[in-house]
Amino acid sequence: MNETALVIETIIKAVIVLSVTAGMGAFATWIERKVLAFMQRRLGPMHVGPYGVLQLAADGIKLFTKEDIIPQNVVRPIFMIAPVIAATTAFVAMAAIPFFPEFTVFGYTIHPIVSDINVALLYVMGVASVGVYGPLLAGMSSSNKWSLLGAARAVVQMLSFEVVSGLSVMAPIMMIGSLSLIDINDYQSGGVISWLIWKQPLAFVLFAIAGFMETNRSPFDTIEFEAEIVSGYATEYSGMRWGLFFVGEYANMITISVLVSIIFMGGYNPIWFIPGAIVMLLKVSFWIFLFLWVRAAWPHVRPDQLMWVCWKVLMPLAVINVLITGIVLV
Amino acid sequence: MYEVIAFYIFSALTIGLFTVVVMSKNALYAMSALAGGMIFISGFFFILGAEFLGVVQITVYSGAIMALYAFGMMFFDTTRDVKENIRCKKIAYTLSILSSILLIVILCAPLFSQNIEALYPSIQNAGNIQMIGLVLFTKYLVPFELAAIMLLAAMIAGIVLASKKMEMNLEIDEEFEEAKDVK
Repeated sequence: MNETALVIETIIKAVIVLSVTAGMGAFATWIERKVLAFMQRRLGPMHVGPYGVLQLAADGIKLFTKEDIIPQNVVRPIFMIAPVIAATTAFVAMAAIPFFPEFTVFGYTIHPIVSDINVALLYVMGVASVGVYGPLLAGMSSSNKWSLLGAARAVVQMLSFEVVSGLSVMAPIMMIGSLSLIDINDYQSGGVISWLIWKQPLAFVLFAIAGFMETNRSPFDTIEFEAEIVSGYATEYSGMRWGLFFVGEYANMITISVLVSIIFMGGYNPIWFIPGAIVMLLKVSFWIFLFLWVRAAWPHVRPDQLMWVCWKVLMPLAVINVLITGIVLV
Repeated sequence: MYEVIAFYIFSALTIGLFTVVVMSKNALYAMSALAGGMIFISGFFFILGAEFLGVVQITVYSGAIMALYAFGMMFFDTTRDVKENIRCKKIAYTLSILSSILLIVILCAPLFSQNIEALYPSIQNAGNIQMIGLVLFTKYLVPFELAAIMLLAAMIAGIVLASKKMEMNLEIDEEFEEAKDVK
């Protein structure tokens, strides 16, 4: 039965994507600590394993075995489900992303994408924006003032960046005429010169900034900034529930990195002699590194500054970009 | 077969969640269930092959309910139950059940009278987005533009209402507070 085969294949792909990205996310925490340490002239984790590689195993054991504390006055079901929402939406968004070029194993062609829907780009961005519900619900159910402030900031941030990311990605879509990430990738198959970053530099910068806001990375980590609101939405969380927020954040980082690489930086097309899969890995690694680099190099912005920059600077720029693209295309 | 299973799962989940929306006394439960229900409705669009509409359902409603949460945050203590003041429960239940039956009858009547035919049959070799674009910008262009003008008017009205104290920003307030402290 052909349908059953498809379902089984999809389940296998989903499990592989889930486990590999979760593993990469865990590894990225170690990378983050190391990179930040080197940029600040420290050593970072050194004691567990060679260069502290096994630190992530130690952290994992700690998170899993910690007591799962649920404070007395919280709204229990919402409090318990919020971290799950944050982690699941981050992984569900990956369902429509083509990670690598298609390849053949034992005469069977495999497309490394869980579900090839033709509105993939919209789907990924929509589901990723649902991910803001995780911090929002966590903050609102915690009955803690810091958490509530974090939740309020999550709403403000979400309503601000969503406009920028949507409008900025509109210009490339107008040029390509398709929302499918595979079509977007194929459009840039003519080597480095055909990358959309050269044709749409402004859209690229705007989308990257919106990506930083979407993943709550500094300089836009207003919703959990320690110096202002303790730990924001995650103040009341401990153990694996807090760990799920963490996993979701890193999975979101990977999603945004892959998305930027595919839309603006040529996707998984091979460059010269380097095969497509390796190119993709290099690009994603570069973007993860950029996330860490920016965190080490840039100060943090206030929520009102974030709204100001979104609505008064980035959004008009995005609209002008769409307008100019339209005029040039027509 | 899988479509049928998915349909029943999604319908059970949607009905269950919307029941929570109506029955719950806690604003946080109601809003979260509403958000979940709206997302599960998009599942029906995906089953029908209307991916674009499904994604639009997710995006639009997640943003809209986000604004609802913001209102809830401003007006309630969302961690406590809301004290409802319903005078006549019988009338409320009868009216709501009657109106829901009426709605179902209205929507199902064409199913029994004759087979439904699409006014604008789908075009071969055209994607979701192309088909919606064709219908929206040819047949329904005027309503579409009217909706756009209405939204623009609403936006301008909102800005005018909110802009009364726009020239006062945070920093001026801070200076004012400091001056008060010195006194």
